[in-house]
Amino acid sequence: MQIFPLPHDDSSPTLDAMRILVIEDDQEAAAYLTKALREAGHVADHAPDGLEGYALAREGAYDVLIVDRMLPKLDGLSVIRSLREQHVDTPVLILSALGQVDDRVKGLRAGGDDYLPKPYSFSELLARIEVLSRRRAAPTGEATTYRVGDLELDRLSHRVTRSGQEIILQPREFRLLEYLMRHAGQVVTRTMLLENVWDYHFDPQTNVIDVHVSRLRSKIDKGHERPLIQTIRGAGYMVRDSAH
Amino acid sequence: MTALTKLFKTTAFRLSVAYLLVFALFAGFILGYVAWNARQVLDDQIQGTIEAEITGLAEQYRLGGIRRLVGVIDRRTREPSASLYLVTTNAGERLAGNVGSLPAGVLDDPGVRETDYRQSDEPDAHIRRALVRVFILPGGFRLLVGRDVEERERLGAVIRQALGLSLGLVTILACLGGWFVTRRVLKRVDAMTETTRTIMAGDLDGRLAVSGNGDELDRLATNLNAMLDRIGELMSGMKEVSDNIAHDLKTPLTRLRNRAEEALRTAKAPEDYARALEGTIDESDNLIRVFNALLMIARLEAGNAATTMADFDLSEVARSVAELYDAVADEASVPLAVEIEPDLSLHGNRELVGQALANLLDNALKYGVATEGEPACPPSITIAAKRVGEHVEISVADRGPGIPESARGHVLERFARLEAARSRPGFGLGLSLVAAVARLHGGELRLEDNSPGLKAVLALPAKPA
Repeated sequence: MQIFPLPHDDSSPTLDAMRILVIEDDQEAAAYLTKALREAGHVADHAPDGLEGYALAREGAYDVLIVDRMLPKLDGLSVIRSLREQHVDTPVLILSALGQVDDRVKGLRAGGDDYLPKPYSFSELLARIEVLSRRRAAPTGEATTYRVGDLELDRLSHRVTRSGQEIILQPREFRLLEYLMRHAGQVVTRTMLLENVWDYHFDPQTNVIDVHVSRLRSKIDKGHERPLIQTIRGAGYMVRDSAH
Repeated sequence: MTALTKLFKTTAFRLSVAYLLVFALFAGFILGYVAWNARQVLDDQIQGTIEAEITGLAEQYRLGGIRRLVGVIDRRTREPSASLYLVTTNAGERLAGNVGSLPAGVLDDPGVRETDYRQSDEPDAHIRRALVRVFILPGGFRLLVGRDVEERERLGAVIRQALGLSLGLVTILACLGGWFVTRRVLKRVDAMTETTRTIMAGDLDGRLAVSGNGDELDRLATNLNAMLDRIGELMSGMKEVSDNIAHDLKTPLTRLRNRAEEALRTAKAPEDYARALEGTIDESDNLIRVFNALLMIARLEAGNAATTMADFDLSEVARSVAELYDAVADEASVPLAVEIEPDLSLHGNRELVGQALANLLDNALKYGVATEGEPACPPSITIAAKRVGEHVEISVADRGPGIPESARGHVLERFARLEAARSRPGFGLGLSLVAAVARLHGGELRLEDNSPGLKAVLALPAKPA
């Protein structure tokens, strides 16, 4: 049940400006975050405690909530739980200084959609909230075919073609490409790939993800003029047709 | 608190008192029952005797009337241990018998009763008890036949005495036993209290004495000692962490600070600043990584992640981690062999076991590949998982320089790095984390010789089928 109209036009999953509410008690961290979000072209509001955050989140039509776990007056998990009880289903990214294995599980169980341990890099946070807000804009009924430029991926028959030519992928490579293409035009970080393709949340110390992506890239982009899998420096990867 | 009130307050003493009461009640009940039954039997016997006498006397009376009856009674009273007889006229004049005086009215009321009497030949004799039967014969003659019950009374007295004696004995024995047991227990508990007090005062090495007889106090002491050991481990773990932070985090922090300072001092163009800032971010990312690893190890050792344990398919985890690193191994031209049995089930934290395996593979790729100057052996890495008895063993074996046996304990410590590895990236936390994950699951991490190379074996208890 959503009383307010969505600011997104559902038919266009392009990256419009998002309305973001940051619920964070540390003034400096909040100022840094809202400033960075605004610089990235989004609208960012700030609530300094759990109660105000809850009130704002209930009334304002936000695309994404960024909630710190430890908040004065009402802690982050309670804010999320109360919102979910009120059928406010705005996607929530939990920020936590705890960052431990069981902590993440608790956060997601409370109704959070994603979880990011502090300290975080802004590019990681930005990539995650963009994916969250898009997930909401196109929540169900995902397409069975993804298309980026001349690259096509059929999720049912597990066939990948580029310019009509079939590309043979290993199952894991297929899932990797599938995830990248589902989020075409969005930055996808290494940890997001590890989480969503391999279902692990630890920090791989070596460049394992890079190696997988570069192998995939050699299969997808080799011999083609326009590379579709692009490395976004300091952030991660993005699949997009650079001609557009 | 005086020694006596302390004694009264002990559990052992209270138990002794409770037992004492129970035994005393029991003894009282038994003796009372015996007394009551004996009295019943004796009463029956006496009544039987009286009835027999009466039958005999009635026969005599029928044959010779009152005269013959008096004669018979006179004769019978002279026999030893005779019954009691009395024959009187209507006016109460005594005709025969061995009963002196009776309470008034006894002779006027026919029937069976118990009464006091005095023996005839001892006018001042003390009053005795008897069970009697009175008849009123034709002509107003009264006939009393009875039996002295002094014997019965004596038996009662004996039983009462026995009751008193046994109660006294039970009380004394219980008090002695209780006192002895209490003293013994108190002494040991006092010793335990004393030890715990010194431990609380800061002597964490103190341990409770275990007598070795395996009683409940021993078991308590053993468990308390185990608890103290665990607390000691956690304490030293904490201390180690803070020492580690002091020693090993200060270095990168200093580097970070130096870099920033240097940039301030020497940088001229904006690109110089950008480069310095990027370096700073990299350095702080590394620091964060170290912090996370340290905190995670500490949390695991405190057993905090045990809440998120669930059943999971270890084979799947091992395969997916192997697959994750396969590309890296391939890139480094190191063949990665995978020998994983299907359907190995574990109860634990999938995420942590996955991370432990990733760390082992990471190590094998980093340190298990011979570099220049080291004895050449074609590099290869094997990841295997199989069930061995009650355990599931996951091993990662390489063909690198290995770890000398003497250093194997050392490398599991936090921040431990062998000389040969100093030049390569890493923090020396990988194996400590693996060991912590193993301990959390009730298993262990073994480092073995792969001759040549290192074989790290993660042995975790299998889920009971």
